[in-house]
Amino acid sequence: MKALDQTLALAWRSLVQVRRNPWELGDYSIQPILFLVLFLYVFGGAVAGSTEAYLPFVLPGVIAMNMLFVTVYVGHGLNTDLTRGVFDRFRALPIPRWAPLAGRILADLLKQALCIALLLIVGVLLGFRIETSVWEVLAMVALVLVFASAASWIMVLVGVLSRDPEHVQLFGFTALFPVTFVSTAFVPLDTMPAVLQPFVQANPVSLLADASRALLGGGNALEPALWTLVWAAAIAVIFAPLSVWALNRRLARG
Amino acid sequence: MEIAIRLQGLVRSYNGTRAVDGVDLEVPRGSILGLLGPNGAGKTTIVRMLATLITPDAGRAEVGGFDVVHEAARVREIVGLTGQYASVDEKLTGRENLLLIARLLGLGRRDARRRADELLGQFHLQDAANRPAQTYSGGMRRRLDLAASLVGNPAILFLDEPTTGLDPRARRDLWRLVGELREQGTTVLLTTQYLDEADALADRIVVLDRGRIIAEGTSAELKERVGGRSLFVVVADSARLDDAAEAIARIVGEGPQARDSTLSVAVTSSAVVPKVLRALDQAEIEVVELGLRTASLDDVFLALTGHAAEATSEMSEEDA
Ligand SMILES: Nc1ncnc2c1ncn2[C@@H]1O[C@H](COP(=O)(O)OP(=O)(O)OP(=O)(O)O)[C@@H](O)[C@H]1O
Ligand SMILES: [Mg+2]
Repeated sequence: MKALDQTLALAWRSLVQVRRNPWELGDYSIQPILFLVLFLYVFGGAVAGSTEAYLPFVLPGVIAMNMLFVTVYVGHGLNTDLTRGVFDRFRALPIPRWAPLAGRILADLLKQALCIALLLIVGVLLGFRIETSVWEVLAMVALVLVFASAASWIMVLVGVLSRDPEHVQLFGFTALFPVTFVSTAFVPLDTMPAVLQPFVQANPVSLLADASRALLGGGNALEPALWTLVWAAAIAVIFAPLSVWALNRRLARG
Repeated sequence: MEIAIRLQGLVRSYNGTRAVDGVDLEVPRGSILGLLGPNGAGKTTIVRMLATLITPDAGRAEVGGFDVVHEAARVREIVGLTGQYASVDEKLTGRENLLLIARLLGLGRRDARRRADELLGQFHLQDAANRPAQTYSGGMRRRLDLAASLVGNPAILFLDEPTTGLDPRARRDLWRLVGELREQGTTVLLTTQYLDEADALADRIVVLDRGRIIAEGTSAELKERVGGRSLFVVVADSARLDDAAEAIARIVGEGPQARDSTLSVAVTSSAVVPKVLRALDQAEIEVVELGLRTASLDDVFLALTGHAAEATSEMSEEDA
């Protein structure tokens, strides 16, 4: 109970921080909308023949991409705490060792959920029609959040290993760009070179985008959704212990 | 006499070199210990071990009767820490920073708010309370940091160079506050590079050099060993520095330490001042400045170790 209160207090802190940081706020609100609108109107005609035809395809893709970009903030925030001594202050307090990290990830999930809601609303305003039931929409949100919390562990590791917050962003975005674009997030599989297709098909971003499309627009969601969960589990199993190990090592050194 | 902090043969190495090299220390409950030492002496390393942030390589330490390694969680419940570098959350306001700590310490919403306001007042931060800490000056951040370490009314407080970066008023305020805390029975371990600070605050002073304790005692005891004050002479022509040193040595009985065109030597009485002035005059050495100042860390180190402190420390100079 006490640990829960403490985790919530730490999550509150991560959320309040956003208010003071217009860039971060923008990254959660303006940036995803900008991506959606740009992709839709710039590529819509070329990829799908019209923006109307492209919207159902690109909206889940933008949701997946934005989710990954937002995870960078987990690493960025953690690294800021580590380099600015805030983490030390927390560690000298009588709170569980995992609470600062848990608070951050919890806050991050809330931000993720808000981003998804925002994108769905803007999508609907632009003419997107949800063809499925509320449950399928909720399943889609849950799937994105599950994958987000797994992917966050990768960024936790980046946050622990980076010297300063700027490096987290540099490395995080540099790694995320190819992963997001070599996927079916924005263009259909068959338009890409044959050598690339196996990678595109195995890419969790493709799987997540495909599953989300099916969960919003109808179709077979089960297979891509299950593979997305397999990916999420694999990432979490590898990166969660690795991150915790790296974090403890960094703390023991200093 | 109850012991609040006990260190036994404490050792901590970084990359093979011992930052803390076998330190034994006892701090009675309700007293203030000043840990005095130059850059790299190992002060911060000791404080971080006591605050359970890093673990010792050898030896043991108890804080409030709890082992810092095996009972770290208990130690965290009774200590407050202000590290050497401010550790406030820059994106939160001053009040939010304090509220967060209060909530983490288990205070209810209303109590947390009351405690935050109390501390904001105590540290003269009311006006800046609702501004993000990143807009604070260095000294304000430092004060917020200090306030944060007091939120839980800790029984044992660690302050690592608490007055670095504070202006004279804030520095005196802090000194007064530490005095008040002692009156309430708080045990304080503070580190400093300034002899006058240790002098003003600490019941006992421990002098640390290269990870070892080289002297220990009350400030009066230490000053007796050091001479308490030092004579400094700045000569106009640095070519005459050696002549001046010789003339001073003849009167004081001890060779002064030279740095640039300044000579300084520990003295026990101010009676030497006119004598030195006369001797220099007779030797036709032009003097730019001459006076007495409180013994500096340099003087302490020279007297105790025979080598100068590795880094210069600015001292409040008191011209005679
Ligand atoms: N994280 C670290 N990694 C490597 N070496 C370190 C680390 N922390 C401290 N040291 C080394 O340990 C020694 C003692 O450092 P410490 O910070 O304890 O000194 P200090 O007395 O606090 O000095 P200062 O007055 O400069 O704060 C120094 O030689 C320092 O270089
Ligand atoms: Mg230090």
